[in-house]
Amino acid sequence: MNVIIIDDEPLARSIVKEYLANYADIKIIAECNDGFEGLKAIQQHEPELIFLDIQMPKINGFEMLELIENPPEVIFTTAFDEYAIKAFESNAVDYLLKPFSKERFDKAMQKYLSQQKVSAEKTEAVLESAAQSPIQQNRVVVKDGSKIKIIPVSQIQYLEAADDYVKIFIQEGSFLKKKTMSYFEDSLRAFHFVRVHRSYIVNTQLITRIDAYEKDSHLLLLSTGAKLPVSKAGYAKLKDVLGI
Amino acid sequence: MSIIHLYIIMDEKLSMSEKITDSIINYGLLACISILITNNMRYYLPRSEKYFYVLIISVAVTGIWLWVTKITLDFIFRNDINYIKYQYNTLGIRFGISLFSFGCLTMISLLWYTQEEQKRMNEHTEEAKQMAKDAELYKLRQQLQPHFLFNSLNSISALTGTQPEKARHMIFQLSEFLRGTLKKDEKQWNTLEEEMQYLELYLEIEKVRFGHRLQTNIFCDEDAVLLQLPSMLLQPVVENAIKFGLYDTTGEVLIKVEAKKEDDSLKVVVENPFDPETAQPLKGTGFGLASIQRRLFLLFARQDLLKTQKEDSRFITTILIPQKNNQSI
Repeated sequence: MNVIIIDDEPLARSIVKEYLANYADIKIIAECNDGFEGLKAIQQHEPELIFLDIQMPKINGFEMLELIENPPEVIFTTAFDEYAIKAFESNAVDYLLKPFSKERFDKAMQKYLSQQKVSAEKTEAVLESAAQSPIQQNRVVVKDGSKIKIIPVSQIQYLEAADDYVKIFIQEGSFLKKKTMSYFEDSLRAFHFVRVHRSYIVNTQLITRIDAYEKDSHLLLLSTGAKLPVSKAGYAKLKDVLGI
Repeated sequence: MSIIHLYIIMDEKLSMSEKITDSIINYGLLACISILITNNMRYYLPRSEKYFYVLIISVAVTGIWLWVTKITLDFIFRNDINYIKYQYNTLGIRFGISLFSFGCLTMISLLWYTQEEQKRMNEHTEEAKQMAKDAELYKLRQQLQPHFLFNSLNSISALTGTQPEKARHMIFQLSEFLRGTLKKDEKQWNTLEEEMQYLELYLEIEKVRFGHRLQTNIFCDEDAVLLQLPSMLLQPVVENAIKFGLYDTTGEVLIKVEAKKEDDSLKVVVENPFDPETAQPLKGTGFGLASIQRRLFLLFARQDLLKTQKEDSRFITTILIPQKNNQSI
């Protein structure tokens, strides 16, 4: 069975390696310094299990997982991260608090070995709850071809629903992210975004004009020139947020 | 009171109108002056020799009151010899009564307002205590730096298996560092040399954690080593630079620290790499420097001592520490 260790501290990787030495049928196929390397290695080797640190350079562990289509099983290793701990509590993919003992590590491995194959949904569930934690909500990580792009929330102009994806519009163009509209509606609320339509969420700070359109709907104009439809319910929300 | 007075002087050989005017003027004035006293007490409370003050004021006010009443009544009844004679006879008792009432009144308002002030003072102290406690807790939490501590312990745990000597060395370094954070008093000033030693200790630990990824370049001007700076000021700035550098970029991270004397100040420049494209928009001075800014402001009452600037992909923090007035500290 193949595993990958992703942690930005070499000694933290080496202890996982040391603890894994007892497991004869487990092979460490890669060790990665950060999320970028991790992502590449996972796509290349498709491991069954990864050991993942959360606080890492550029993109954190959660953000890296979000970019993977079918994430492998994950055992998180982290020092102190109250948000993360909260995120795990409801989802039983194991996590190891650094520093952890051999016994604790073995317990996590037992758990993994005995319950294999429930994986994908569970990791998704962890991500879902982790996403609620405020640490990573001021940016969105997307894939741009083979590259990874980090978009600060303040640069987002608006979002458009696109089947299973959400299209994120920024100045340079648009990027797809596999999330739901209601996910973005909730997580971007604190940043002055409003869902003005079933298919649109807008950065209210860019609104320059709202015109009456047909019977119950309005049309809003952004300072970037984009025009977006506003539904009746959306207009009510907008009025509420803008205080008009 | 007017009515009681009226009743008491009923028996005097005076006309009804005289009696009523007498009462009203007497006690009307008394009431006016009483209000004045109470109001005065609200804004000015005598600190010491309270009772002496009460007596003096009562006597003085009574005197004034009596004089004013007498003049007014004399003016109104200037043709009534009978009344003037009566008034003259009762001067003593009038003085007594009003002295007594003024005395009581002053005393009561004095007590009342003193108590009010006491209550306010208590609230203030309570508030101040709470704030001090919060600050203390915050400081403790900052000092313990759980993330740093747990990760360091994890590194030690990793080293014990393979390089026990190195592990032991790191335990000493970490202990030394923690002892430093616990012992150091925020108000204390240290020389740059001492602070630099402490900083080196911290950097050594971080280098064990991050391996070759973390590179440091420290330069101290010779005529700056004996300059003074508030203790524990430098390390958080460098820690901030390290975090910022390590988590915002991949690959090697070079942290530069440069200290020199400039005019009457100690100037420390800390540089770290960052990615201008993905760095989060600055909030205030941003990147955790707000508390340093606050501390400098509390120490020197100046907002311009901490500056940050971006140059290409390097983030530069500059701190100025005025030297002139620390002889007194």
